[in-house]
Amino acid sequence: MDRLLELEGLFWDASLQTLYIVFTTLVLGGMGGLLLGLLLHTTRPGGIAPQRLVHVALNVLVNFFRPIPFIVFIAAAQPAARLVVGTGIGNKSLIFALSIAATFGISRIVEQNLVSVDPGVLEASRAMGAGRLRTTLTVLLPEALGPLVLGYTFALVAIVDMAAVAGVVGGGGLGAFALTYGYRQYEPVVTWAAVLMIIAFVQLAQFAGNRLARRIMRR
Amino acid sequence: MTDPAAGARPGAGSEPLIRLRDVVRAFPARGGGEVRALDGVDLDVASGEILGVVGYSGAGKSTLLRLVNALDRPTSGTVTVAGREVSALSERELRTVRRDIGMIFQQFNLFSSRTVWGNVAYPLQVAGVPKAEHRRRISDLLHFVGLADKAHAHPEQLSGGQKQRVGIARALATDPQILLADEPTSALDPQTTSEVLALLRRVNEELGITIVLITHEMDVVRSLAHRVAVMEAGRVVEQGDTYDLFSRPGHPATRRFVDTLVEKGPPARALDRLRERHPGRMVTLSFREQDASPADVFAVFVERGVQFELVHGGVEDVRGRTFGHLTFTVTGADEAVADAVARVATLVEVTEHATRDDAGGNA
Repeated sequence: MDRLLELEGLFWDASLQTLYIVFTTLVLGGMGGLLLGLLLHTTRPGGIAPQRLVHVALNVLVNFFRPIPFIVFIAAAQPAARLVVGTGIGNKSLIFALSIAATFGISRIVEQNLVSVDPGVLEASRAMGAGRLRTTLTVLLPEALGPLVLGYTFALVAIVDMAAVAGVVGGGGLGAFALTYGYRQYEPVVTWAAVLMIIAFVQLAQFAGNRLARRIMRR
Repeated sequence: MTDPAAGARPGAGSEPLIRLRDVVRAFPARGGGEVRALDGVDLDVASGEILGVVGYSGAGKSTLLRLVNALDRPTSGTVTVAGREVSALSERELRTVRRDIGMIFQQFNLFSSRTVWGNVAYPLQVAGVPKAEHRRRISDLLHFVGLADKAHAHPEQLSGGQKQRVGIARALATDPQILLADEPTSALDPQTTSEVLALLRRVNEELGITIVLITHEMDVVRSLAHRVAVMEAGRVVEQGDTYDLFSRPGHPATRRFVDTLVEKGPPARALDRLRERHPGRMVTLSFREQDASPADVFAVFVERGVQFELVHGGVEDVRGRTFGHLTFTVTGADEAVADAVARVATLVEVTEHATRDDAGGNA
Protein backbone atom coordinates (compact mmCIF):
# COMPACT_ATOMS: atom_id res chain seq x y z
CA MET A 1 0.00 0.00 0.00
CA ASP A 2 2.85 2.34 0.87
CA ARG A 3 4.43 1.54 -2.45
CA LEU A 4 1.21 2.49 -4.25
CA LEU A 5 1.20 5.86 -2.46
CA GLU A 6 4.80 6.43 -3.58
CA LEU A 7 3.78 5.66 -7.14
CA GLU A 8 0.64 7.80 -7.07
CA GLY A 9 1.91 10.30 -9.63
CA LEU A 10 2.88 7.54 -12.04
CA PHE A 11 -0.45 5.79 -11.47
CA TRP A 12 -2.51 8.81 -12.51
CA ASP A 13 -0.19 9.42 -15.40
CA ALA A 14 -0.64 5.79 -16.53
CA SER A 15 -4.43 6.14 -16.24
CA LEU A 16 -4.43 9.21 -18.44
CA GLN A 17 -2.17 7.50 -20.94
CA THR A 18 -4.53 4.55 -21.13
CA LEU A 19 -7.42 6.93 -21.84
CA TYR A 20 -5.37 8.68 -24.51
CA ILE A 21 -4.28 5.43 -26.18
CA VAL A 22 -7.73 3.87 -26.07
CA PHE A 23 -9.62 6.87 -27.40
CA THR A 24 -7.12 7.68 -30.13
CA THR A 25 -7.32 4.06 -31.24
CA LEU A 26 -11.10 4.08 -31.05
CA VAL A 27 -11.25 7.12 -33.32
CA LEU A 28 -8.67 5.91 -35.87
CA GLY A 29 -9.58 2.23 -35.83
CA GLY A 30 -13.24 3.16 -35.55
CA MET A 31 -13.14 5.16 -38.76
CA GLY A 32 -11.08 2.53 -40.55
CA GLY A 33 -13.37 -0.22 -39.32
CA LEU A 34 -16.47 1.71 -40.35
CA LEU A 35 -15.14 2.21 -43.84
CA LEU A 36 -13.98 -1.38 -44.21
CA GLY A 37 -17.20 -2.73 -42.69
CA LEU A 38 -19.28 -0.61 -45.05
CA LEU A 39 -17.27 -1.89 -48.00
CA LEU A 40 -17.69 -5.47 -46.82
CA HIS A 41 -21.43 -5.03 -46.50
CA THR A 42 -22.18 -3.03 -49.63
CA THR A 43 -20.05 -5.17 -51.97
CA ARG A 44 -21.52 -8.46 -50.82
CA PRO A 45 -23.74 -10.36 -53.26
CA GLY A 46 -27.20 -8.81 -52.98
CA GLY A 47 -25.74 -5.74 -51.27
CA ILE A 48 -26.17 -2.12 -52.29
CA ALA A 49 -23.26 -2.27 -54.75
CA PRO A 50 -22.35 -5.90 -55.32
CA GLN A 51 -18.71 -6.33 -56.35
CA ARG A 52 -17.79 -9.97 -56.05
CA LEU A 53 -14.05 -9.61 -56.48
CA VAL A 54 -13.70 -6.66 -54.12
CA HIS A 55 -15.78 -8.48 -51.55
CA VAL A 56 -13.71 -11.65 -51.71
CA ALA A 57 -10.45 -9.69 -51.55
CA LEU A 58 -11.56 -7.70 -48.50
CA ASN A 59 -12.79 -10.84 -46.79
CA VAL A 60 -9.44 -12.56 -47.28
CA LEU A 61 -7.61 -9.46 -46.05
CA VAL A 62 -9.68 -9.21 -42.88
CA ASN A 63 -9.40 -12.92 -42.19
CA PHE A 64 -5.65 -12.71 -42.69
CA PHE A 65 -5.12 -10.10 -40.00
CA ARG A 66 -7.81 -10.97 -37.50
CA PRO A 67 -6.37 -14.22 -36.10
CA ILE A 68 -2.91 -12.77 -35.37
CA PRO A 69 -2.55 -12.47 -31.58
CA PHE A 70 -2.06 -8.81 -30.78
CA ILE A 71 1.13 -9.37 -28.80
CA VAL A 72 2.66 -10.93 -31.93
CA PHE A 73 1.12 -8.38 -34.26
CA ILE A 74 2.52 -5.42 -32.34
CA ALA A 75 6.02 -6.83 -32.78
CA ALA A 76 5.48 -7.71 -36.42
CA ALA A 77 4.09 -4.26 -37.14
CA GLN A 78 7.18 -2.48 -35.80
CA PRO A 79 8.90 -1.97 -39.18
CA ALA A 80 5.69 -0.58 -40.62
CA ALA A 81 5.32 1.68 -37.61
CA ARG A 82 8.80 3.08 -38.18
CA LEU A 83 7.83 3.88 -41.74
CA VAL A 84 4.49 5.48 -40.97
CA VAL A 85 4.85 7.17 -37.57
CA GLY A 86 8.65 7.36 -37.52
CA THR A 87 9.25 5.17 -34.51
CA GLY A 88 8.93 1.52 -33.58
CA ILE A 89 8.59 2.09 -29.87
CA GLY A 90 6.46 4.04 -27.44
CA ASN A 91 2.84 5.10 -27.54
CA LYS A 92 2.92 6.20 -31.17
CA SER A 93 3.99 2.77 -32.36
CA LEU A 94 1.46 1.18 -30.00
CA ILE A 95 -1.42 3.31 -31.28
CA PHE A 96 -0.40 2.55 -34.86
CA ALA A 97 -0.56 -1.20 -34.28
CA LEU A 98 -3.70 -0.95 -32.18
CA SER A 99 -5.52 1.12 -34.82
CA ILE A 100 -4.75 -1.40 -37.54
CA ALA A 101 -5.84 -4.35 -35.43
CA ALA A 102 -8.94 -2.43 -34.34
CA THR A 103 -9.80 -1.58 -37.94
CA PHE A 104 -10.02 -5.24 -38.87
CA GLY A 105 -11.84 -6.22 -35.70
CA ILE A 106 -14.33 -3.37 -35.90
CA SER A 107 -14.96 -3.97 -39.61
CA ARG A 108 -16.53 -7.32 -38.72
CA ILE A 109 -18.62 -5.78 -35.96
CA VAL A 110 -19.84 -3.10 -38.36
CA GLU A 111 -20.58 -5.66 -41.06
CA GLN A 112 -22.58 -7.82 -38.67
CA ASN A 113 -24.66 -4.89 -37.47
CA LEU A 114 -25.37 -3.69 -40.99
CA VAL A 115 -26.57 -7.15 -41.98
CA SER A 116 -29.33 -6.81 -39.41
CA VAL A 117 -30.84 -3.86 -41.30
CA ASP A 118 -33.97 -4.99 -43.15
CA PRO A 119 -33.15 -5.10 -46.88
CA GLY A 120 -36.71 -3.88 -47.43
CA VAL A 121 -35.92 -0.37 -46.19
CA LEU A 122 -32.90 -0.21 -48.48
CA GLU A 123 -35.12 -1.28 -51.36
CA ALA A 124 -37.65 1.38 -50.36
CA SER A 125 -34.93 4.01 -50.48
CA ARG A 126 -33.82 2.82 -53.89
CA ALA A 127 -37.42 2.81 -55.11
CA MET A 128 -37.63 6.49 -54.12
CA GLY A 129 -34.75 7.28 -56.44
CA ALA A 130 -31.96 7.49 -53.87
CA GLY A 131 -28.47 6.62 -55.08
CA ARG A 132 -26.17 4.14 -53.40
CA LEU A 133 -24.11 6.63 -51.42
CA ARG A 134 -27.20 8.44 -50.16
CA THR A 135 -28.89 5.18 -49.19
CA THR A 136 -25.76 4.11 -47.33
CA LEU A 137 -25.35 7.36 -45.43
CA THR A 138 -28.96 8.33 -44.80
CA VAL A 139 -30.69 4.96 -44.42
CA LEU A 140 -28.27 2.09 -43.83
CA LEU A 141 -26.14 3.74 -41.14
CA PRO A 142 -28.98 5.49 -39.24
CA GLU A 143 -31.04 2.27 -39.23
CA ALA A 144 -28.11 0.35 -37.70
CA LEU A 145 -26.99 3.11 -35.33
CA GLY A 146 -28.22 1.59 -32.07
CA PRO A 147 -26.52 -1.79 -32.56
CA LEU A 148 -23.46 -0.01 -33.94
CA VAL A 149 -23.07 1.97 -30.72
CA LEU A 150 -23.19 -1.29 -28.77
CA GLY A 151 -20.68 -2.81 -31.17
CA TYR A 152 -18.30 0.10 -30.73
CA THR A 153 -18.67 -0.16 -26.97
CA PHE A 154 -17.64 -3.79 -27.27
CA ALA A 155 -14.69 -2.73 -29.44
CA LEU A 156 -13.67 -0.11 -26.88
CA VAL A 157 -13.45 -2.73 -24.17
CA ALA A 158 -11.42 -4.97 -26.47
CA ILE A 159 -9.04 -2.08 -27.16
CA VAL A 160 -8.53 -1.55 -23.42
CA ASP A 161 -7.62 -5.22 -23.25
CA MET A 162 -5.21 -5.05 -26.20
CA ALA A 163 -3.62 -1.82 -24.96
CA ALA A 164 -2.47 -3.59 -21.81
CA VAL A 165 0.41 -5.23 -23.69
CA ALA A 166 1.87 -1.80 -24.45
CA GLY A 167 5.00 -2.65 -22.49
CA VAL A 168 6.20 -4.84 -25.34
CA VAL A 169 7.07 -1.79 -27.41
CA GLY A 170 7.74 0.50 -24.50
CA GLY A 171 4.34 2.10 -24.51
CA GLY A 172 2.67 3.39 -21.37
CA GLY A 173 -0.66 3.09 -19.67
CA LEU A 174 -2.11 1.03 -16.86
CA GLY A 175 -1.13 -2.33 -18.33
CA ALA A 176 2.54 -1.43 -18.54
CA PHE A 177 2.32 0.18 -15.10
CA ALA A 178 0.85 -2.95 -13.55
CA LEU A 179 3.49 -5.19 -15.12
CA THR A 180 6.45 -2.95 -14.36
CA TYR A 181 5.68 -1.78 -10.84
CA GLY A 182 3.29 -4.45 -9.65
CA TYR A 183 4.03 -7.83 -11.15
CA ARG A 184 7.83 -7.55 -11.55
CA GLN A 185 8.37 -5.89 -8.18
CA TYR A 186 6.11 -8.32 -6.27
CA GLU A 187 3.64 -5.59 -5.32
CA PRO A 188 0.20 -7.15 -5.72
CA VAL A 189 -1.51 -4.05 -4.34
CA VAL A 190 -0.06 -1.98 -7.17
CA THR A 191 -1.21 -4.57 -9.71
CA TRP A 192 -4.69 -4.63 -8.24
CA ALA A 193 -4.94 -0.87 -8.20
CA ALA A 194 -4.27 -0.84 -11.96
CA VAL A 195 -6.74 -3.67 -12.47
CA LEU A 196 -9.45 -1.80 -10.54
CA MET A 197 -8.86 1.34 -12.55
CA ILE A 198 -9.18 -0.62 -15.78
CA ILE A 199 -12.38 -2.22 -14.51
CA ALA A 200 -13.72 1.23 -13.67
CA PHE A 201 -12.97 2.44 -17.21
CA VAL A 202 -14.67 -0.53 -18.74
CA GLN A 203 -17.73 -0.23 -16.53
CA LEU A 204 -18.10 3.44 -17.31
CA ALA A 205 -17.65 2.89 -21.03
CA GLN A 206 -20.16 0.05 -21.11
CA PHE A 207 -22.63 2.05 -19.05
CA ALA A 208 -22.34 5.05 -21.36
CA GLY A 209 -22.57 2.87 -24.47
CA ASN A 210 -25.67 1.08 -23.21
CA ARG A 211 -27.37 4.34 -22.32
CA LEU A 212 -26.60 5.91 -25.67
CA ALA A 213 -27.75 2.83 -27.59
CA ARG A 214 -30.96 2.68 -25.58
CA ARG A 215 -31.68 6.32 -26.29
CA ILE A 216 -31.15 5.77 -30.00
CA MET A 217 -33.17 2.57 -30.18
CA ARG A 218 -36.06 3.69 -27.99
CA ARG A 219 -36.77 6.65 -30.22
CA MET B 1 -76.05 -0.51 -62.63
CA THR B 2 -73.02 1.23 -64.02
CA ASP B 3 -69.39 1.05 -63.13
CA PRO B 4 -68.89 4.01 -60.78
CA ALA B 5 -65.22 4.32 -61.63
CA ALA B 6 -65.68 3.99 -65.35
CA GLY B 7 -65.78 7.75 -65.80
CA ALA B 8 -62.34 8.14 -64.24
CA ARG B 9 -60.83 5.80 -66.76
CA PRO B 10 -59.38 6.95 -70.01
CA GLY B 11 -60.90 6.08 -73.33
CA ALA B 12 -59.91 2.88 -75.01
CA GLY B 13 -57.12 3.06 -77.54
CA SER B 14 -54.92 5.49 -75.63
CA GLU B 15 -51.29 4.52 -75.14
CA PRO B 16 -50.87 2.31 -72.05
CA LEU B 17 -48.97 3.94 -69.19
CA ILE B 18 -47.12 0.73 -68.41
CA ARG B 19 -46.37 -1.82 -71.07
CA LEU B 20 -44.59 -5.16 -70.68
CA ARG B 21 -43.69 -7.05 -73.82
CA ASP B 22 -42.52 -10.64 -73.90
CA VAL B 23 -40.81 -10.21 -70.57
CA VAL B 24 -38.69 -13.06 -69.24
CA ARG B 25 -36.89 -12.94 -65.92
CA ALA B 26 -34.72 -15.97 -65.31
CA PHE B 27 -32.72 -16.73 -62.19
CA PRO B 28 -29.94 -19.27 -62.07
CA ALA B 29 -31.25 -22.41 -60.42
CA ARG B 30 -29.42 -24.37 -57.79
CA GLY B 31 -27.50 -27.14 -59.47
CA GLY B 32 -27.36 -25.44 -62.87
CA GLY B 33 -30.04 -24.39 -65.30
CA GLU B 34 -32.43 -21.55 -64.66
CA VAL B 35 -35.76 -20.82 -63.09
CA ARG B 36 -38.06 -18.50 -64.97
CA ALA B 37 -39.84 -16.28 -62.48
CA LEU B 38 -41.46 -14.59 -65.46
CA ASP B 39 -41.89 -16.51 -68.64
CA GLY B 40 -43.09 -14.39 -71.54
CA VAL B 41 -45.35 -11.81 -69.95
CA ASP B 42 -47.32 -9.26 -71.99
CA LEU B 43 -49.24 -6.75 -69.92
CA ASP B 44 -50.65 -3.27 -70.40
CA VAL B 45 -51.78 -0.90 -67.68
CA ALA B 46 -53.85 2.07 -68.75
CA SER B 47 -53.39 5.46 -67.17
CA GLY B 48 -55.79 5.97 -64.26
CA GLU B 49 -56.75 2.36 -63.72
CA ILE B 50 -56.23 0.00 -60.81
CA LEU B 51 -54.82 -3.29 -61.97
CA GLY B 52 -54.86 -6.19 -59.53
CA VAL B 53 -52.31 -8.93 -60.14
CA VAL B 54 -53.19 -12.14 -58.34
CA GLY B 55 -51.33 -15.38 -58.01
CA TYR B 56 -49.99 -17.77 -55.41
CA SER B 57 -46.59 -17.08 -53.92
CA GLY B 58 -43.95 -17.95 -56.46
CA ALA B 59 -46.19 -17.11 -59.40
CA GLY B 60 -43.94 -14.18 -60.28
CA LYS B 61 -46.07 -11.26 -59.06
CA SER B 62 -43.35 -9.58 -57.00
CA THR B 63 -40.82 -9.95 -59.77
CA LEU B 64 -43.27 -8.39 -62.20
CA LEU B 65 -43.92 -5.42 -59.92
CA ARG B 66 -40.20 -4.76 -59.41
CA LEU B 67 -39.65 -4.56 -63.14
CA VAL B 68 -41.93 -1.55 -63.40
CA ASN B 69 -39.63 0.71 -61.36
CA ALA B 70 -36.61 -1.29 -62.50
CA LEU B 71 -35.61 -2.48 -59.05
CA ASP B 72 -35.08 -5.64 -61.06
CA ARG B 73 -34.44 -6.04 -64.76
CA PRO B 74 -35.82 -8.48 -67.29
CA THR B 75 -33.56 -11.13 -68.79
CA SER B 76 -35.26 -10.36 -72.08
CA GLY B 77 -38.23 -8.32 -73.26
CA THR B 78 -39.06 -4.68 -72.62
CA VAL B 79 -40.73 -2.71 -69.87
CA THR B 80 -41.99 0.73 -70.89
CA VAL B 81 -43.34 3.31 -68.46
CA ALA B 82 -44.86 6.54 -69.76
CA GLY B 83 -43.09 6.04 -73.06
CA ARG B 84 -39.63 5.40 -71.60
CA GLU B 85 -38.11 1.96 -71.79
CA VAL B 86 -37.06 1.61 -68.15
CA SER B 87 -35.50 -1.78 -68.76
CA ALA B 88 -32.82 -0.02 -70.85
CA LEU B 89 -32.03 2.89 -68.51
CA SER B 90 -28.97 3.16 -66.28
CA GLU B 91 -29.31 3.22 -62.52
CA ARG B 92 -28.57 6.96 -62.57
CA GLU B 93 -31.18 7.69 -65.24
CA LEU B 94 -33.68 5.63 -63.28
CA ARG B 95 -33.48 7.91 -60.27
CA THR B 96 -35.68 10.52 -61.92
CA VAL B 97 -38.04 7.88 -63.33
CA ARG B 98 -38.51 6.38 -59.87
CA ARG B 99 -39.66 9.69 -58.41
CA ASP B 100 -42.66 9.31 -60.67
CA ILE B 101 -43.42 5.82 -59.33
CA GLY B 102 -44.35 5.43 -55.68
CA MET B 103 -44.14 2.05 -53.97
CA ILE B 104 -45.67 0.54 -50.85
CA PHE B 105 -44.77 -2.76 -49.26
CA GLN B 106 -46.29 -5.65 -47.32
CA GLN B 107 -43.95 -5.02 -44.39
CA PHE B 108 -44.27 -1.22 -44.83
CA ASN B 109 -40.47 -0.76 -44.89
CA LEU B 110 -40.60 2.48 -42.94
CA PHE B 111 -37.35 3.99 -41.68
CA SER B 112 -37.33 3.25 -37.96
CA SER B 113 -34.64 5.88 -37.43
CA ARG B 114 -37.01 8.62 -38.60
CA THR B 115 -40.31 9.96 -37.37
CA VAL B 116 -43.45 9.77 -39.48
CA TRP B 117 -42.61 13.29 -40.67
CA GLY B 118 -39.05 12.24 -41.45
CA ASN B 119 -40.23 9.24 -43.42
CA VAL B 120 -42.44 11.38 -45.64
CA ALA B 121 -39.69 14.00 -45.94
CA TYR B 122 -37.14 11.48 -47.20
CA PRO B 123 -38.32 11.20 -50.83
CA LEU B 124 -38.56 15.01 -50.95
CA GLN B 125 -34.94 15.27 -49.83
CA VAL B 126 -33.92 12.69 -52.39
CA ALA B 127 -35.77 14.56 -55.13
CA GLY B 128 -34.15 17.82 -54.10
CA VAL B 129 -37.43 19.57 -53.33
CA PRO B 130 -36.62 22.92 -51.66
CA LYS B 131 -36.91 22.71 -47.92
CA ALA B 132 -39.40 25.59 -47.84
CA GLU B 133 -41.93 23.39 -49.64
CA HIS B 134 -41.52 20.38 -47.34
CA ARG B 135 -43.71 21.65 -44.55
CA ARG B 136 -46.79 22.21 -46.63
CA ARG B 137 -46.37 19.10 -48.71
CA ILE B 138 -45.82 16.76 -45.76
CA SER B 139 -48.63 18.33 -43.79
CA ASP B 140 -51.01 17.92 -46.75
CA LEU B 141 -50.00 14.29 -47.19
CA LEU B 142 -50.41 13.45 -43.52
CA HIS B 143 -53.84 15.04 -43.54
CA PHE B 144 -54.73 13.09 -46.67
CA VAL B 145 -53.90 9.78 -44.98
CA GLY B 146 -55.42 10.92 -41.68
CA LEU B 147 -52.26 10.87 -39.59
CA ALA B 148 -51.59 14.57 -39.01
CA ASP B 149 -51.57 13.97 -35.25
CA LYS B 150 -48.87 11.30 -35.55
CA ALA B 151 -46.30 13.44 -37.36
CA HIS B 152 -43.74 13.20 -34.59
CA ALA B 153 -44.34 9.56 -33.66
CA HIS B 154 -41.81 6.90 -34.56
CA PRO B 155 -42.97 3.99 -36.73
CA GLU B 156 -42.86 1.42 -33.90
CA GLN B 157 -45.44 3.47 -32.00
CA LEU B 158 -47.96 2.96 -34.80
CA SER B 159 -50.39 0.16 -35.58
CA GLY B 160 -50.02 -1.84 -38.78
CA GLY B 161 -52.71 0.14 -40.57
CA GLN B 162 -51.15 3.44 -39.52
CA LYS B 163 -47.76 2.25 -40.73
CA GLN B 164 -49.19 1.44 -44.14
CA ARG B 165 -50.84 4.85 -44.28
CA VAL B 166 -47.45 6.44 -43.60
CA GLY B 167 -46.07 4.22 -46.35
CA ILE B 168 -48.74 5.56 -48.69
CA ALA B 169 -48.03 9.18 -47.72
CA ARG B 170 -44.32 8.59 -48.28
CA ALA B 171 -44.97 6.96 -51.65
CA LEU B 172 -47.09 9.94 -52.73
CA ALA B 173 -44.64 12.60 -51.55
CA THR B 174 -43.09 13.25 -54.94
CA ASP B 175 -46.50 13.39 -56.62
CA PRO B 176 -46.06 10.24 -58.71
CA GLN B 177 -48.16 9.08 -61.63
CA ILE B 178 -48.01 5.44 -60.60
CA LEU B 179 -48.28 3.63 -57.29
CA LEU B 180 -46.93 0.09 -57.00
CA ALA B 181 -48.49 -1.83 -54.14
CA ASP B 182 -46.74 -5.03 -53.07
CA GLU B 183 -49.24 -7.05 -50.99
CA PRO B 184 -50.18 -3.84 -49.14
CA THR B 185 -52.78 -5.44 -46.86
CA SER B 186 -51.41 -8.94 -46.36
CA ALA B 187 -49.96 -8.07 -42.95
CA LEU B 188 -53.15 -6.35 -41.78
CA ASP B 189 -56.33 -7.50 -40.06
CA PRO B 190 -59.65 -7.32 -41.98
CA GLN B 191 -60.80 -4.04 -40.41
CA THR B 192 -57.54 -2.26 -41.14
CA THR B 193 -57.42 -3.82 -44.58
CA SER B 194 -60.66 -2.15 -45.58
CA GLU B 195 -59.39 1.21 -44.28
CA VAL B 196 -56.22 0.93 -46.32
CA LEU B 197 -58.20 -0.18 -49.38
CA ALA B 198 -60.51 2.81 -48.99
CA LEU B 199 -57.46 5.07 -48.87
CA LEU B 200 -56.01 3.47 -51.99
CA ARG B 201 -59.33 4.01 -53.74
CA ARG B 202 -59.12 7.72 -52.86
CA VAL B 203 -55.55 7.81 -54.15
CA ASN B 204 -56.86 6.55 -57.46
CA GLU B 205 -60.09 8.54 -57.67
CA GLU B 206 -59.06 11.87 -56.14
CA LEU B 207 -55.45 12.04 -57.29
CA GLY B 208 -55.86 10.09 -60.51
CA ILE B 209 -52.90 7.86 -59.71
CA THR B 210 -52.58 4.58 -61.58
CA ILE B 211 -52.20 1.65 -59.17
CA VAL B 212 -50.68 -1.74 -59.80
CA LEU B 213 -51.48 -3.94 -56.85
CA ILE B 214 -50.27 -7.46 -56.29
CA THR B 215 -52.00 -9.70 -53.81
CA HIS B 216 -53.15 -13.23 -53.15
CA GLU B 217 -56.33 -12.02 -51.46
CA MET B 218 -59.27 -12.06 -53.85
CA ASP B 219 -61.46 -9.82 -51.72
CA VAL B 220 -58.83 -7.09 -52.03
CA VAL B 221 -58.99 -7.37 -55.79
CA ARG B 222 -62.76 -7.51 -55.79
CA SER B 223 -63.17 -4.32 -53.80
CA LEU B 224 -60.44 -2.31 -55.50
CA ALA B 225 -59.28 -3.43 -58.91
CA HIS B 226 -60.79 -2.27 -62.20
CA ARG B 227 -58.95 -5.00 -64.00
CA VAL B 228 -57.31 -8.24 -62.92
CA ALA B 229 -54.39 -10.23 -64.25
CA VAL B 230 -54.05 -13.77 -62.94
CA MET B 231 -50.57 -15.21 -62.79
CA GLU B 232 -49.44 -18.79 -62.61
CA ALA B 233 -45.91 -20.18 -63.00
CA GLY B 234 -44.50 -16.95 -64.40
CA ARG B 235 -47.25 -16.31 -66.92
CA VAL B 236 -50.34 -14.15 -67.05
CA VAL B 237 -52.90 -16.86 -67.68
CA GLU B 238 -55.96 -14.65 -67.78
CA GLN B 239 -56.71 -10.97 -67.59
CA GLY B 240 -59.78 -8.86 -67.92
CA ASP B 241 -62.36 -6.68 -66.27
CA THR B 242 -62.73 -7.59 -62.59
CA TYR B 243 -66.47 -8.16 -62.92
CA ASP B 244 -66.07 -10.47 -65.90
CA LEU B 245 -63.36 -12.48 -64.22
CA PHE B 246 -65.38 -12.96 -61.05
CA SER B 247 -68.67 -13.70 -62.74
CA ARG B 248 -67.20 -16.03 -65.36
CA PRO B 249 -63.63 -17.12 -64.67
CA GLY B 250 -62.07 -18.85 -67.66
CA HIS B 251 -58.73 -20.30 -66.64
CA PRO B 252 -58.61 -22.99 -63.92
CA ALA B 253 -56.24 -20.82 -61.87
CA THR B 254 -58.71 -17.94 -61.97
CA ARG B 255 -61.50 -20.30 -61.00
CA ARG B 256 -59.55 -21.50 -57.97
CA PHE B 257 -59.05 -17.93 -56.85
CA VAL B 258 -62.64 -16.92 -57.45
CA ASP B 259 -63.85 -20.06 -55.65
CA THR B 260 -62.19 -18.80 -52.47
CA LEU B 261 -64.82 -16.04 -52.40
CA VAL B 262 -67.73 -17.14 -54.53
CA GLU B 263 -69.15 -20.65 -54.57
CA LYS B 264 -70.50 -21.76 -57.85
CA GLY B 265 -73.29 -24.08 -56.76
CA PRO B 266 -73.54 -25.90 -53.45
CA PRO B 267 -70.44 -27.64 -52.11
CA ALA B 268 -70.49 -31.48 -52.21
CA ARG B 269 -71.78 -32.01 -48.70
CA ALA B 270 -74.55 -29.47 -49.01
CA LEU B 271 -75.45 -31.00 -52.35
CA ASP B 272 -76.03 -34.42 -50.77
CA ARG B 273 -78.30 -32.93 -48.14
CA LEU B 274 -80.24 -30.98 -50.74
CA ARG B 275 -80.62 -34.11 -52.81
CA GLU B 276 -82.24 -35.92 -49.90
CA ARG B 277 -84.86 -33.23 -49.54
CA HIS B 278 -85.48 -32.23 -53.13
CA PRO B 279 -86.39 -34.48 -56.05
CA GLY B 280 -85.97 -33.51 -59.70
CA ARG B 281 -83.18 -32.05 -61.74
CA MET B 282 -80.85 -29.68 -60.00
CA VAL B 283 -79.23 -26.88 -61.95
CA THR B 284 -77.12 -23.87 -61.04
CA LEU B 285 -77.86 -20.82 -63.15
CA SER B 286 -75.19 -18.14 -63.37
CA PHE B 287 -76.71 -14.70 -63.74
CA ARG B 288 -74.65 -11.76 -64.91
CA GLU B 289 -75.68 -8.20 -65.56
CA GLN B 290 -75.37 -8.54 -69.28
CA ASP B 291 -77.35 -11.80 -69.43
CA ALA B 292 -81.03 -12.48 -68.78
CA SER B 293 -82.42 -11.62 -65.36
CA PRO B 294 -83.94 -14.17 -62.97
CA ALA B 295 -87.40 -12.89 -63.96
CA ASP B 296 -86.75 -13.95 -67.58
CA VAL B 297 -85.77 -17.41 -66.43
CA PHE B 298 -88.76 -17.78 -64.13
CA ALA B 299 -90.99 -16.84 -67.05
CA VAL B 300 -89.56 -19.74 -69.06
CA PHE B 301 -90.22 -22.20 -66.24
CA VAL B 302 -93.76 -20.95 -65.79
CA GLU B 303 -94.44 -21.04 -69.52
CA ARG B 304 -93.27 -24.66 -69.75
CA GLY B 305 -95.39 -25.57 -66.76
CA VAL B 306 -92.62 -26.88 -64.55
CA GLN B 307 -92.13 -26.28 -60.84
CA PHE B 308 -88.93 -24.75 -59.60
CA GLU B 309 -87.48 -23.99 -56.23
CA LEU B 310 -84.47 -21.96 -55.22
CA VAL B 311 -82.40 -24.21 -52.95
CA HIS B 312 -79.00 -22.56 -52.80
CA GLY B 313 -77.01 -19.53 -53.88
CA GLY B 314 -76.52 -15.85 -53.42
CA VAL B 315 -75.87 -12.59 -55.13
CA GLU B 316 -72.36 -11.17 -55.24
CA ASP B 317 -71.22 -7.74 -56.15
CA VAL B 318 -68.02 -6.48 -57.65
CA ARG B 319 -67.66 -2.77 -57.00
CA GLY B 320 -71.39 -2.26 -57.33
CA ARG B 321 -72.11 -4.67 -60.20
CA THR B 322 -73.93 -7.84 -59.26
CA PHE B 323 -73.90 -11.43 -60.35
CA GLY B 324 -75.08 -14.64 -58.77
CA HIS B 325 -74.96 -18.40 -58.95
CA LEU B 326 -78.44 -19.67 -58.02
CA THR B 327 -79.24 -23.35 -57.68
CA PHE B 328 -82.75 -24.53 -58.49
CA THR B 329 -84.52 -27.84 -58.45
CA VAL B 330 -86.84 -28.23 -61.40
CA THR B 331 -89.66 -30.77 -61.26
CA GLY B 332 -92.47 -31.75 -63.60
CA ALA B 333 -92.98 -33.88 -66.69
CA ASP B 334 -89.56 -35.09 -67.89
CA GLU B 335 -90.02 -33.64 -71.33
CA ALA B 336 -91.20 -30.27 -70.11
CA VAL B 337 -88.29 -30.05 -67.64
CA ALA B 338 -85.77 -30.95 -70.36
CA ASP B 339 -87.31 -28.39 -72.66
CA ALA B 340 -87.33 -25.69 -69.99
CA VAL B 341 -83.71 -26.27 -69.00
CA ALA B 342 -82.61 -26.27 -72.62
CA ARG B 343 -84.43 -22.98 -73.18
CA VAL B 344 -82.90 -21.42 -70.06
CA ALA B 345 -79.47 -22.51 -71.22
CA THR B 346 -79.81 -20.09 -74.12
CA LEU B 347 -80.32 -17.24 -71.64
CA VAL B 348 -77.77 -17.89 -68.91
CA GLU B 349 -74.95 -20.29 -68.13
CA VAL B 350 -76.34 -23.55 -66.75
CA THR B 351 -74.42 -26.07 -64.66
CA GLU B 352 -76.25 -29.35 -64.13
CA HIS B 353 -75.69 -31.28 -60.92
CA ALA B 354 -75.72 -35.06 -61.14
CA THR B 355 -78.80 -36.67 -59.60
CA ARG B 356 -78.40 -39.09 -56.73
CA ASP B 357 -79.06 -41.98 -59.06
CA ASP B 358 -76.27 -40.81 -61.33
CA ALA B 359 -73.97 -40.18 -58.45
CA GLY B 360 -74.69 -43.54 -56.90
CA GLY B 361 -74.77 -45.31 -60.27
CA ASN B 362 -71.54 -47.15 -59.66
CA ALA B 363 -72.51 -48.47 -56.26
